[in-house]
Amino acid sequence: MTAVLPLTVKENSNSGIWSWLTTVDHKKIGTLYGISGVIFFILAGAEALLIRTQLAAPNGTIISANVYNQLFTMHALMMIFLGVMPMGAAFFNWLVPLMIGARDVAFPRLNALSFWTFLSGGLLLTSSWLFGEAPDVGWFAYAPLTEKAYTIGKAMDFYAAGLILLGVASTIASLNFVVTIINMRAPGMTWFRMPVFVWMIFVVAWLLILSLPVLTIGLVQIYFDRNFATNFFNPTGGGDPLLWQHLFWIFGHPEVYVLILPSMGIVSEVLPTFAKKPIFGYSAIVFAGLSIAVLGFAVWSHHMFTTGLGPVPSIVFSASTMAIGVPTGVKIFNWLATLWGGSIRFTTANLFSIGFIALFTIGGISGVMHASPPIDTQQQDTYFIVAHIHYVLFGGAVFGIFSGFYYWWPKFFGRFLDEKLGKINFWLFFIGMNLTFFPMHFLGVQGMPRRIYRYDTDLGWDMWNQVASIGSYMLAVGMIVFLYAVWKAYKTEPNAPDNPWDAPTLEWATSSPPPEHDFDVIPVVHDRDPLWYNRDNNIVQEQVTDEHIHMPPPSYYPLLLSIGLLVGGIGLLTTLIISFVGVLLVFYAIWGWVLEPTS
Amino acid sequence: MSQEAHSVTGIDSRKLLMWIFLASDCLFFGALISTYLIFKDNIPNPPYPTDRIVNGEFFHGLLNIPLTSVSTFVLLMSSVAMVLAVYGAQNNNLKMMKGWLLSTIVLGIAFLLFQVYEFRHFLHEGLGLSTNQFGASFYLMTGFHGVHVGIGVIILISLLFGSFRRNSLGSDTGFHIETAGLYWHFVDIVWIVIFTLVYLMPY
Ligand code: HEM
Ligand SMILES: [Cu+2]
Repeated sequence: MTAVLPLTVKENSNSGIWSWLTTVDHKKIGTLYGISGVIFFILAGAEALLIRTQLAAPNGTIISANVYNQLFTMHALMMIFLGVMPMGAAFFNWLVPLMIGARDVAFPRLNALSFWTFLSGGLLLTSSWLFGEAPDVGWFAYAPLTEKAYTIGKAMDFYAAGLILLGVASTIASLNFVVTIINMRAPGMTWFRMPVFVWMIFVVAWLLILSLPVLTIGLVQIYFDRNFATNFFNPTGGGDPLLWQHLFWIFGHPEVYVLILPSMGIVSEVLPTFAKKPIFGYSAIVFAGLSIAVLGFAVWSHHMFTTGLGPVPSIVFSASTMAIGVPTGVKIFNWLATLWGGSIRFTTANLFSIGFIALFTIGGISGVMHASPPIDTQQQDTYFIVAHIHYVLFGGAVFGIFSGFYYWWPKFFGRFLDEKLGKINFWLFFIGMNLTFFPMHFLGVQGMPRRIYRYDTDLGWDMWNQVASIGSYMLAVGMIVFLYAVWKAYKTEPNAPDNPWDAPTLEWATSSPPPEHDFDVIPVVHDRDPLWYNRDNNIVQEQVTDEHIHMPPPSYYPLLLSIGLLVGGIGLLTTLIISFVGVLLVFYAIWGWVLEPTS
Repeated sequence: MSQEAHSVTGIDSRKLLMWIFLASDCLFFGALISTYLIFKDNIPNPPYPTDRIVNGEFFHGLLNIPLTSVSTFVLLMSSVAMVLAVYGAQNNNLKMMKGWLLSTIVLGIAFLLFQVYEFRHFLHEGLGLSTNQFGASFYLMTGFHGVHVGIGVIILISLLFGSFRRNSLGSDTGFHIETAGLYWHFVDIVWIVIFTLVYLMPY
């Protein structure tokens, strides 16, 4: 059943909705991740705008306390799990095979499965809004608020079921990409010739593989507490609420690196291209990434300094947290040194990357500040923390992702995003982001707690809150400009050359957009910057015309299996009989999957 | 799958996938076992896992070491059978493979029956899922392990049936048996850890 693709067959022969539902092509799956990620990002942004509108002036009246709690909880959950992570996944799906010179990932059908399962989890979680049951106890869902006695409805069951599904999706994707990176590299693509982006994804995948199980068990325990009357986290029944905090943050801290590392990878690709020189200190950046991965598992309790851990754990976790600032700093100096002395082109992509360095550094510095327990005791649960997370997540992760959009759009779709609009987009984001989040440092130091739905006039918080809200509207306008640029690009004819930026990595060796089989001829790699090496040594990739390339056929079993999982999840929220139906569906899909011919 | 055959390291991608999945699985069990160990000294009400005296009153512990030693032995033997099945598969000895595969399955099911017996006995003694933290964390941990064994049994049965459809061993059958063997041994090792930490470790 393998489709034998002569080189003349272009992918427009398989468009239409069914081809998207059954696709196993990493590029299409990347696009699906991207579209869903951006949509969820916009929805989560809308939630944030409501929050900022409520807080723009003292004694806000547009939102009730209840809805406000749901808004900030869902905003965080959607941004993290449904916005930033999938947008990161869009890039690694698109780029990892192209960058290592492969025709697809190791397991194309598993790849489709992770996308559909992600979408199922995302829809399950967000559908809680429709029932007025959105989770409302913060994204880290501290016990005992999650217990039946405090959250009577289904909100926390939505939380548990939704995040379990999303965890399954991320685990499958991570397993797939680890194997892909280990096993599918093109000839000559040794470990230390891999692009930094690929390295960062390798690290991210391991972080997820090793941290998600811990969260999943915690979620199962929440579910049991709520539905089977166990008392894992319920103190009145002898349970231990701090156990949940540990389980959550053992996952939660690695998770923040899951969010930032793809963007660090993107920046490490963009800066060398636009400085026209190789990344400075390649090995240092790679090893910094690896040590962040290791240390990332040893710092989780810095989220728990105020729970009374005792002096020794506090000191240990404080020290490890400060230590993780070191590899982070190493990277920042590497990026700066990459720019140093380069002939810099200020394209939109590069502006976003440079913006990343500046803003991420601010967030890193505030991070090291609350690595100190006595200081953290003052800052915890104030707007200072909110400022920190947004400098690293918006200024860091999101800026990196937008840099990636402007950089790879011509490769992905054969069309450029308009540079003029891009620069407007950048400046609106840059100024808007600083207006929104910098004042939060001041508010935090003045004692404004996070997660309050209104505040009094005489506290001296009025002005900075107003500034922050104005900034958030600028961000919204910036987003609209971006969408307009996307629309405009969509309307133009494809005109991007293979390597418009004169970039060094393999994805630029194939056409824009790449053919379904990625490369007509699998490239041979001689250097860390393969295309620059070929350019400087006049090596021309040989052209072969009549090769037959075997690509895996489409399959609907991944979609079916995900639907089974979704039905299972719905069962967890209603009655277990429905879950049983879901399990049957899963078994049926696995059955068909295994027997489906693939070659 | 044509793509899966390609491998830089020489290790088949599917086997690599299994190894890394097992690494992830370790942390599932790690979290469950930790939960059990964290609670075991702070169980507010009986029944308790081991004999103890609370406020002058004596309580019988529920864990039955001799019985579980037997079931542990059964599971260990299933691993031996699995090794022999893989050996048969690799040496193109179809009969040997089928025979030992069947033994592995039977032993696996026997282990599950021991577990069912144990659960029913505990229930009878008044330990429900929600009775106390011992019940909750014990059932969740051993139940999760039991599900692993169950899935392993299903995989092995499918492989056994698959091998009846042909009269010779394709290279892939041997490969599948070997990969399933990895999983099976892992589930065994986890049980050894649980047996040691939960049943044997004294207070
Ligand atoms: C230099 C590196 C960093 C250090 C030393 C650091 C340190 C910390 C500390 C100590 C806290 C706990 C503050 C508290 O709750 O009182 C915290 C919170 C947080 N950090 Fe970082 N951080 C760093 C980088 C990052 C990065 C890269 C991200 C994500 C991209 C991130 C995301 C977060 C988030 C989301 C929280 C708040 C969680 C919550 O309470 O909701 N941090 N950070
Ligand atoms: Cu942290």
